[in-house]
Amino acid sequence: MKQQIIVSGVGGQGVVFATRLLAHAAMESGHPVLTSENHGMAMRGGTIISHVKIGAFHSPLIRQGHADLGLFLNRENLGIHGGMMKETGTLFVNTPFPGAYRHCDATGLARGAGAVVAANLVLLGFAVRTGGFFCTAGQLEEVIQRISPPKQLELNLKGFRLGLEAQRSS
Amino acid sequence: MSQYEERILMGNEAIGRGLVECGCEFIAAYPGTPSSEILSSAVKFVRKTGVHTHLEWSVNEKVAYEAALACACTGKRAAVAMKQVGLNVAADPFMRSAYLGTKGGFVLVAADDPGPHSSQTEQDSRFFALFAKIPVFDPASPAEAKDMVQQAFALSEKYEIPVMLRPTTRVCHARQNVPCGRPEVLNRPPRFEKDPGRWIATPQFLPDLHRQLNEKMDRIAGEDALRPRAFRGGGSQPRRCVIASGVAFAHAYDLLADMGLLGRIDLFQVILSHPLHKGFIEEIRSDYDAILVVEETYPVIETQLINERVTGRRSGHIPNRGELTQDVVLRVLEKFLNRTPDPATRTAPEKGKRPSLCAGCPHRAAYWAIKTTFPGGLFPSDIGCYTLAMNFGAIDTCHCMGACISQAEGFYFAYADEKNPPAIVVSIGDSTFFHAGIPGLINAVLHRARFILVILDNATTAMTGNQPVPHLGITADGSPGRAVLIPDLLKACGVSFIRECDPYDMEALSRHLREADRHCRSEEGGVAAVITKHPCLLDHGAKGNETLWAMTVSEDCSGCRQCLEEFECPALVFNDETGKVDIDDTICAGCGVCVAVCPLGAITAREK
Repeated sequence: MKQQIIVSGVGGQGVVFATRLLAHAAMESGHPVLTSENHGMAMRGGTIISHVKIGAFHSPLIRQGHADLGLFLNRENLGIHGGMMKETGTLFVNTPFPGAYRHCDATGLARGAGAVVAANLVLLGFAVRTGGFFCTAGQLEEVIQRISPPKQLELNLKGFRLGLEAQRSS
Repeated sequence: MSQYEERILMGNEAIGRGLVECGCEFIAAYPGTPSSEILSSAVKFVRKTGVHTHLEWSVNEKVAYEAALACACTGKRAAVAMKQVGLNVAADPFMRSAYLGTKGGFVLVAADDPGPHSSQTEQDSRFFALFAKIPVFDPASPAEAKDMVQQAFALSEKYEIPVMLRPTTRVCHARQNVPCGRPEVLNRPPRFEKDPGRWIATPQFLPDLHRQLNEKMDRIAGEDALRPRAFRGGGSQPRRCVIASGVAFAHAYDLLADMGLLGRIDLFQVILSHPLHKGFIEEIRSDYDAILVVEETYPVIETQLINERVTGRRSGHIPNRGELTQDVVLRVLEKFLNRTPDPATRTAPEKGKRPSLCAGCPHRAAYWAIKTTFPGGLFPSDIGCYTLAMNFGAIDTCHCMGACISQAEGFYFAYADEKNPPAIVVSIGDSTFFHAGIPGLINAVLHRARFILVILDNATTAMTGNQPVPHLGITADGSPGRAVLIPDLLKACGVSFIRECDPYDMEALSRHLREADRHCRSEEGGVAAVITKHPCLLDHGAKGNETLWAMTVSEDCSGCRQCLEEFECPALVFNDETGKVDIDDTICAGCGVCVAVCPLGAITAREK
């Protein structure tokens, strides 16, 4: 099993948290995992990307054109990190606007539920339900329960479940 | 539960945990990307396991190095962690520690930042190890970094020498499943053995200490357990090899696997980048004609091979600067192996969004007041979140930690004989002031320089993740220390003009600044200090960060973009449809400061 996933967004959107969830889910499901993240100055609202590599890899970075799955927390980043995707890769984009990707208005859904900070979880729920991930929605939900800060737990679960629902109704 | 378990750890967490697992009893650090999480994860692990370890955010790297080294000289294990430019600050004790050595294991973690992503240089700390004549480990992953902590302590104790662990950003900020154990409890009693010829080491003792150091390094270069790891190619590509270290090795390994060449060409992973194993240097010289060295960031291994058949960063086969991403290493390998290039990347990526100060950041308010009070002023500044004020033209310099104060002195004397010298307004964060600003201030006061010193006091080290600062009187593990106050320090440095205010109150701040300017220009004037006090909004425990105002933009907005370009609050966004500015309620902090920024008065605040 080898899978390469990118998570793209801007600092403050929860890119790193989504990355950690995927890394933990990989370990729980028995896969070796390597991720790479941005920290420091880039986190102040700048464009950031995380790489998640599941399987027997040595390098934490994904090559241009080699990502199987892409989670884009904003659509503007397609022009910046879209080139990381395989031609056959699957894109999940947080946007109300349709395009050459699977989309879900994660921010809109999260705001509607009073959980605007959990848009990252909405998109993750939407993506994992749509399929093609190394892990199941149940495994991710368990990880959310386990590693969320206590104050955030309820909002995170709410966001994740909103994402799962969004898939069913669309 | 078994004694060993696997955990997902960031490289820095793996290092922090590794230090504690090795029975390290003293860990000191100064925060700096990409090294900051090393100490904070050690704090968490120590708290969880209840082991006895002294942990501190030192005032700067030099202090951290000296304190930790002294502890190691009593026979205990000690460590110090910093970013690569932090080692410049600690260079003085570092260089001498190679000669004098240690008793207990002493590990220096210097985190490099090829790219650089978050640093003022992309210097290679392994060169520093070569310069000082100490050994340096070069990990390729978080799990390896943790293993190497153990090896580094063992090597340090065997030869009584400081040992460097040099991770890079891509190791520090990678996550991986890492095997974890329990902390070893060494219970070593402190035994400082008096030995003036060693611990005082006046020049007469140094030739012999230098000879001993050379001998140690010679023996370490013969340690077979530290010889580069070989992945043999089975003879299908004879007399050709790739030598790599750190994360560049990880890239090369995966790329060779992708090309189907793993196990078909000799590949070496260098574990100890300096001193390079003697037998290995000989083997490369005698057995290979085509040799490629892939390493970050400077040619440290390449330099030690002293071999005209070696290609790499020096020979120009690899760019002589910058991070080696997989895509860069791919092109290098293709060329070295005479392969047809993989189809190029499909599109040249667009540039991303640059980082900016957070919505509601008190620094932004302070800079607006400075900029509008002194149009045409000269604004030396420093390292921290506030360096982002360059985005809206509020600062003119950023050199190295604490430099802005000495720069202000230099600028003052450069302009002193001009008819209308500009107002010089220095801005420096609280943590940076403690780190290296104080000697420059004493010097400026002594020499009668005149400038305004603004200390941006947000009660934290913000950029690196909100580590505590000395004037709060809180130590790394949250226990109380003794607070050292900024106004007391300013007075002790000879500054007589000191004012304090909340930068959200920009009228008061502007008034203080004008008064400070008059003081500077008065007969008995000198350095005038203004402390702007408001906690960082990311410091969640801080009081005074409650949302005060509900902001709106009225119809009067002409779309002139002044608030976007000159103030750059991320909560002010241009609406392409209306041609006007909107407030992004999801991130607006309700500080109300932007009311003063709009020339048309179109931004209004309503009390919440």
